[in-house]
Amino acid sequence: MLSELGHLPMDFLLLAAAVTLASFGFIAGRLRAEQFSFSGDIHPNSRPNAHGYFVLMWSLVPVVLIGLGYVLFGEGASRAILRSELPEGFSILTPGELTTYLDTVARAARMPDFLSGERVFDTVTERYGEIRGTVNMVTLLAACALSVAGMFVARRCLSPGFRARQHVESGIEWFLFLCAAVAIATTVGIVASLVFESLRFFSEVPVWDFVLGTRWNAQTNAEFGALPLFFGTFMISFFAMMIAAPVGLYAAIYLSEYASSQVRAIIKPVLEVLAGIPTVVYGFFALLVIAPAVRSVALWINQMLIAWGLADGAVLAAQPTSALAAGIVMGIMVIPFVSSLSDDVIRAVPQSLRDGAYAMGATKSEAVRQVIVPAALPGIIAALLLAVSRAIGETMIVVMAAGQRAQISTDPTSDLTTITVQIVALLTGESEFDSPKTLSAFALGLVLFIVTLLFNLVAINVVKRFREKYE
Amino acid sequence: MSDPSTSPMANAPFANERVLKRLRRRRAADRRFKWYGRMAIGFALAALTLLLGSIATQAVSAATYHVVTFDLSFDKNTFGDVQPDSPPPVDRVYGLVRDDLLAEFPETASSPALRHDLLGLVTRLAVLPVAKDLVRKPAEIGTKRRVELPLSDDLDLFLKGAAARHLTVPVGRVKAEEIAGNVTLTSEATFARLIAAASLENMQPPEMPGTGSILMTAGRSTIRLDSLAPSRVTGTLLTGTAQDFRTYPARARLIPAPESERTVSDLQIAWLLALKADGRVLRVPHWSLLTHTDSTQPELAGALAAIIGSLLTLLVTASLAIPVGILASIYLEEFAPRNRITGLIEVNINNLAAVPSIVFGLLGAAVFLGAFGLPRSAPVVGGLVLALLILPVVIIASRAALKAVPQSIRDAALAIGASRMQTVFHHVMPLAAPGMLTGAILGMARALGETAPLLLIGMVAFVAEVPRGPTDEATALPVLIYSWATQAERAWEPMTGAVILILLAFLIAMNGVVVFLRRKFERRW
Repeated sequence: MLSELGHLPMDFLLLAAAVTLASFGFIAGRLRAEQFSFSGDIHPNSRPNAHGYFVLMWSLVPVVLIGLGYVLFGEGASRAILRSELPEGFSILTPGELTTYLDTVARAARMPDFLSGERVFDTVTERYGEIRGTVNMVTLLAACALSVAGMFVARRCLSPGFRARQHVESGIEWFLFLCAAVAIATTVGIVASLVFESLRFFSEVPVWDFVLGTRWNAQTNAEFGALPLFFGTFMISFFAMMIAAPVGLYAAIYLSEYASSQVRAIIKPVLEVLAGIPTVVYGFFALLVIAPAVRSVALWINQMLIAWGLADGAVLAAQPTSALAAGIVMGIMVIPFVSSLSDDVIRAVPQSLRDGAYAMGATKSEAVRQVIVPAALPGIIAALLLAVSRAIGETMIVVMAAGQRAQISTDPTSDLTTITVQIVALLTGESEFDSPKTLSAFALGLVLFIVTLLFNLVAINVVKRFREKYE
Repeated sequence: MSDPSTSPMANAPFANERVLKRLRRRRAADRRFKWYGRMAIGFALAALTLLLGSIATQAVSAATYHVVTFDLSFDKNTFGDVQPDSPPPVDRVYGLVRDDLLAEFPETASSPALRHDLLGLVTRLAVLPVAKDLVRKPAEIGTKRRVELPLSDDLDLFLKGAAARHLTVPVGRVKAEEIAGNVTLTSEATFARLIAAASLENMQPPEMPGTGSILMTAGRSTIRLDSLAPSRVTGTLLTGTAQDFRTYPARARLIPAPESERTVSDLQIAWLLALKADGRVLRVPHWSLLTHTDSTQPELAGALAAIIGSLLTLLVTASLAIPVGILASIYLEEFAPRNRITGLIEVNINNLAAVPSIVFGLLGAAVFLGAFGLPRSAPVVGGLVLALLILPVVIIASRAALKAVPQSIRDAALAIGASRMQTVFHHVMPLAAPGMLTGAILGMARALGETAPLLLIGMVAFVAEVPRGPTDEATALPVLIYSWATQAERAWEPMTGAVILILLAFLIAMNGVVVFLRRKFERRW
């Protein structure tokens, strides 16, 4: 009986309970309030609906809190109870093995009438089903009881002079604050998970071996020297910026200083299309067009060098996937990040500076180069920093076009790997959460987060200063 | 600005040759500078064109594909036991297909290797939809039905001229003699054109080993050339009879790649051409790309499961990110006291908007999968992660929309006795709603294209079933693009291009709605 309760569709039941109880609460509050408005010589403070919402609020909050608690901790609590009841024999399992075992048990318990034929396993599974059932039962009962209690207490408060609207509004304001706090919770979640898992990783692998080691071989759980990954990330971002910085800057200057407003109205949205294309599409483009092109150019250069007697063998690696190909495509992708923000800051430079330059006899390009760009420089630097940060954190292009080999090579046509490529390689595919292999992905993620955060913080502050200077 | 040379003062300083030269240099520099700008924009536009063009080219070739028609009779003896709930009788239906092909090409009967090659034309799983149909409609048992089965991807590419590149040269009427499978063709009109074409393709004479093949087809018969001279060629009969060469005009196909370096053999091409001559190979629109789920065979694969997976994921994302984002922006813009905590939230949101998406994937893997034990590969987890990812986008856009509503509206509402809450929800929010909606849609478009976080929470699994709910295993469109793009077989490339076009169509539609909303509702105060 209890284990059947374990199969209840709890999400729907909780949702249904919340909706039903909340509507009851609303009706109860409103009916009570209508008595005031018709019966009294006192004019009620709030309209009947406000009273209704007040009771609704107090009957809804307990269900929502308990439901959230159930979603977040229900499974964990059931497992903790089961774990405490397991017989002595299970202590030979390592914590990792025990978790995997419990995963299997939980999966089996979710299937109705599951029997593996193995006696211990089936007993544990049945017991787990019973625990789940009990937890579900307790949750539902507690939610309903507390909700009804809240409804009654709230209804008690109602009176003609009761400031129901003010209470409801402060409740809503709290709810709005909670919504805004989700952003904080996300950051806290990111930092906590990255730091926590990284600490576990660094308890097994020394920090300096990770940061300065030159051999990366995480798939076999052996070597965790991340320097080649940092190097690959740097090289590819460098190639990307070699394209995005000049193209983006000149495009921004042309659009803001030279182009007519009609041309601008067409070109600017078209450039921003580049930013709206999903990165996986860029990855496919790199794989399909750019990587083969880079390879054939590299092969041609090799041939030419040999033909002219400048080299004995192949100079360039000319791999099918190469750092240069990924860099070129990534450069195309970040052009709009550079051009858009640079365009904004160049246009924010006051007209008086331009007029001053022209009055001194400067040509347009001299005014741009010697007056406007220096004035907009902080903003331009910020745009470049944001683009670099975008390039470092970009994943799909490099996953598809940069390669997997962790090596330090200055040959742009060799395949280099990056931080993001390795994170994806380490975390796709089934693997338990406790091996250094998986944990190293979080350490890489931490590095990525810190580096991009620094770039972003500097860039955002620079832009803010710049705005303050000219506004 | 007036041109200095026209003013009366100008003549004196500009008479100097050195000054004029410098002026010319400066103006040239000015023109050059302008051209750099044009080149930069030209480069960006060219890159965009190349990107979209190369994908569209791929997609166009996947818009149609080749099918082979079969007249199958599902007789009662073989299929009598098929019930509405029995498993689809794939093997028995494929048996009919096999029998049909073997009857068509009796020369394969002697050799298992040849039979295997022949059955490579249509893979076994291709009959699955037919078998499922049979289970759904048992009334069809005992009837005859014409079915269209997709041709194997390699042969499809051959017919499209994409892989195993080849050249067709019409030859015309020839005289043919056959001695034990060796056919000799003679013609008054010489074979000189064929020889010229072969030398243009850098092909060795057919006698040389390891060279490409020249196939000569007439009617439903094909020979592979063994020798090629201006007025006389000899060849081995691959399929059909020499009689066809006497009745039908011949065409030659030059395939420069040697047979060992191709995925299609000469025999398979010969059979295919025979089926084509019978009118049994048709080029039809590739609807299965939209109606099938993923498969290991390119010709059978489709994006349906991924489209549904994406929709489910976006549903979860929208139901979380849009309300939370809009309410958060209302709090920050209308209610938040200017203190440390709200300052912190603001800095936070700006930073979150720039955190790499893969970090959100790590968060999802550690917290939602690890700590809370939610199921892997499920749209609900993907939706949660993407909701957190686009939350800053939604908040920033909604705040801009709220900021654009003039203060006078708020003042007026407050002046006639509305509470702050009533002011915001009754007066400010309706005015800001189009802007908020715009931000929400842009956020959803971002979520639709996002791949990396979904990889980390396991939505990259091979999913052959359409997910029925947000907790089922699923994959998403961009992830499908990733997994198809990284497959080795050539045939996946056009398919990937086509799926990209589907994805881009969704994105364009979303952005179209945004543009429409802006046009219709944007107002300047």
